[in-house]
Formats: sequence, C-alpha cells, structure tokens
Amino acid sequence: MKCQHCEKPATFHITELTGPKPQEVHLCEDHARTYLTQPEELDKPDSIASVLSHNMQVGQTAEELARLDQRACPVCGITFFEFRHQGKFGCPHDYVCFEEELEPVIVNIHGETTHTGKRPRRCSVGVDRKTDLIRLRREMKDAVEKEDYERAVRLRDEIREIEQEGSAS
Amino acid sequence: VRLEDLAGQCGEWLRGNGPESDIVVSSRIRLARNLAEFPFIRKCTGHDRAAIQDTVRQQILGVDRWAGLTYIDVNQLDSVDRQFLVERQLISRELAEADGSRGVAIDANEKFSLMVNEEDHLRIQVMHSGLALQTAWEQIDEIDNQIEQRITYAFHPRLGYLTACPTNVGTGIRVSVMLHLPALVITQQIEKVFRSLQKISLAVRGLYGEGSQAMGDFYQISNQITLGRSEQQLIEQVGDVVPVIIDYERRAREFLVQESQQDLHDRVCRAYGILCSAQSISSQETMQLLSSVRMGINLGLINDLEIPTINKLFIHTQPAHLQKLRGIQLDTADRNIYRAHYLHSHLRKLDRGNDAAEKN
Repeated sequence: MKCQHCEKPATFHITELTGPKPQEVHLCEDHARTYLTQPEELDKPDSIASVLSHNMQVGQTAEELARLDQRACPVCGITFFEFRHQGKFGCPHDYVCFEEELEPVIVNIHGETTHTGKRPRRCSVGVDRKTDLIRLRREMKDAVEKEDYERAVRLRDEIREIEQEGSAS
Repeated sequence: VRLEDLAGQCGEWLRGNGPESDIVVSSRIRLARNLAEFPFIRKCTGHDRAAIQDTVRQQILGVDRWAGLTYIDVNQLDSVDRQFLVERQLISRELAEADGSRGVAIDANEKFSLMVNEEDHLRIQVMHSGLALQTAWEQIDEIDNQIEQRITYAFHPRLGYLTACPTNVGTGIRVSVMLHLPALVITQQIEKVFRSLQKISLAVRGLYGEGSQAMGDFYQISNQITLGRSEQQLIEQVGDVVPVIIDYERRAREFLVQESQQDLHDRVCRAYGILCSAQSISSQETMQLLSSVRMGINLGLINDLEIPTINKLFIHTQPAHLQKLRGIQLDTADRNIYRAHYLHSHLRKLDRGNDAAEKN
C-alpha cells in the first residue's frame, strides 16, 4: 500500500477515533511524523473569538448574548459583536467599557491581569481626557452632518480646549 | 537615506558579527504604542490616519539627537520599494500591504525603525547583530522615553499600555532573537525544540514574522505574553532560552560532523556547487542552499568564503533587492536568471581573481 500523500510505501496505519466515525489513514514514515505532530502544533493559544464565545456560552442565555453583542463603546462606537469577531479594539476606552467581558480573554492570553512593567514618566492624568477627544470629534462630525452648527461649534471649542491642554504641559 | 543606497549595504541584522553570531543572527525588540487621542487603526478615518502620521512625524523629527532619521511615506512607495523594506526587516508585511497614510522612520545604520499606522499607531523597533538584547532594551527604552515626552500614550493604570489587540496589552513588548538552526532541521529535532518552547509560552516564527515559512533555516523566537511581567523579566525569559538552543544546535552540528561527516560534506559542497553554477534559481532554493553553505563555513568545511559574503547574499538575492540592485523591474523568470548570475559573479570572484592574475 502506498502512502496517501506520496509514492512511498505506507508503513504507518493509523485509526483516528476523534471524529464522528473511525477513520483510517495510511502514511509513510515522513508523512506519519508530520501527521502525528500536527495536533500539538495546532495547540496554539486559542483565538480571541473562540475564547470569547466559549466563555459566553457558559451561563449566558442567547438573549443575554444578543444584548451584549449590541452594546457599543460610547467613545468609538464599536460593538461587542465587532470586537468578538475581529479580535481587535476600536479605541483605548474599549478596555474600560468591556472590562468585565475582557477579563477571561486577558487571563487566557497572559495568565495575569495587572501590568507590572514600565509606566510613562509623565503623569498620566490627561490620558482619559485625550481619549475623550475621540468621542468629541465623532460627535462634532455627526453634528456637522446633521447641520446642527450650534452644537458643532460648542464641540469644536471643547475639542480645542483639550488639545491645547496637551501642548501647554 | 535613499533606498538605492541601502540596497548595496547589508543592513544591521545580517552584518554577521556580535556575540554568538554563527547561530544568533540578530536580536530585536519592539514596543507597541498608541496615541491616547485617536481611535485604534481599524476605527480610524483617513483623516485620523493622516493626523496621526503628521503628529508623529513632526514630533520625532523634532528630537535633536535623531537628526539622522529619515521618514519614508510608505503610501507613496511602489510595491518593489515596499517589499524592499520588508526584506530588510525595517517594516512589517502588514504595513507594506495596508492602505492609507502610513510610514516608517529609520536611522542611517538601520538599527532603529519606527512604524506609523501599523496595527498600532506606533511600532518602535531596535535591532542588533548577534545576541544583544540588553543593549537593544536600553536603546528602545530611551527612544520610548523621548517620544513619551512629546506624545500622550494610551495607558491604563492597571492594564498598562493599551494596544489594538489584547495580545499586546501591558508592556507592548516583543523580544525576539533570530537563530540559524540548520543542524536541528537536518537532524529533525527542530519540531521538538519548538514544542518545548511553546510550553513555556514562547513563540517561534520564520524569517519574516507571523505566518511566514522558515526560510533558510532561520527562526525567530519571541515572547508571547506581554502583561503581568516586567520588560526585564520578558527579556530574560527569551535571553535565558537562547543559550540552551545554541547548545542544542552546536551538539547537532557535532553529531553531524562525527556521525555523517561524508553526507554533511557532500550536502554542503553540492549546495555551494549549485549556487556557483545554476543558470536560473528561485529565491527559496537560494535561501536553502545558502543555509547549508553558511553552516559549512562555520564548520570549516568551506574555507574560501566568509560569513559576511553569505549574509549579504541572503538579503541581496531576495526579489525586491535583486530588482533594486539591477535597477529595473524583473518578472519571476528574469529574476531567477539574474539571481543565478548574481550568485555566480559573487561566489566565483576568487576564480576570476586568479584568472585576471594569470592574464596579467
């Protein structure tokens, strides 16, 4: 019998019992080595999407899930559904906004939840206010689109104020 | 710095010296950082991306001690030039292939590069030849401090530096060491090594990072965890495992020398022979053969070649480099012919030198 993947004789006859039905594979020595080491190779850290969906199936009803999926970050507007599917965030505030849901993901990736390394030397008090600019700019764009110029002007002034705080320090 | 000028040089990572440089090709540290006042890249409008690029560009070019820094607008480059920067490890494939405002600042000796608008707003990178993680850390730490004085980073008191992907949150650091491990590949022990590295949460990648195949038996080992440990601990974690792998590789080489000297010598000499006489050769085959020759030189089986020559060929025979050196765009078939010609003329210099001497 030939190996399923090449012309060499099959010396390994493996019966796979993990699927729905037992499956036989016939391989040469080289391909058997690749085949047998494969599952461990695939044993990489789970994708963010799979960790999230696993965590949420536990103890959460479909209804709760649907509600969570629709929750959006007030700063950048990303929904939990979007994050869950793409594994990437929309803005720094998402870490605060989805803090609770994120915790198991962080633990799964890093095994820890608290940063112990370097910190910016400059006082980080202004960070949240800076991130607020993302929301304000978005709201201003929205106001302009709706031709609510009064609101747009108010937002513009607020944005300028925060922007200048940075350059003054 | 003009890209054409870079093409003739070898770049920092293949300079071929530094501690343990027969096996450790280079050490690299990168930091992921984001500006607090902008959304992460995927939520950025074109306007946001342009504003990030302008801010960063202005701020870093304002640092006096970085006067030698060149900023390259990657969006303005053609595909060969973008690929060229990827081959030199100055930008990631992701940055090369993205759309919209994005760029990279590089210093003249290619030790430091700073990508703008990659997966995160900033990806700072410091690279050194050989095993030199501590030096690389001291430099990148200082660069990061300089930028931080001018730009407010997205930072959370408990979670650290915030990144677009939670896999980088905390320190945002990736410490990696590129190793040349041909003997572990030949003796088929490489898988075993990888599996044990994965168990201690270290990642193994090929030459060009994520998902790339291990070309020329080059492997990058790096930390996977970025949160809950200090930068120093993460550097040590990678740094501590390197001598162990070096030892494995040296033992595998010794084994090959003792147990199958004939086969080994044959393999090395055949590789050398093909490189010297092929009329058309792919990039992949070239890498594979150069890998054997590189090991052959390190083991004293080839005496008329130097490691720096081989390192230079590793980079110069890559598709974009070949086209930059030739000065015109070439399709795959023409590249393969020119590559063979290029190898031929560089590896057989000695012969030609003798010929010339005889004629004189």
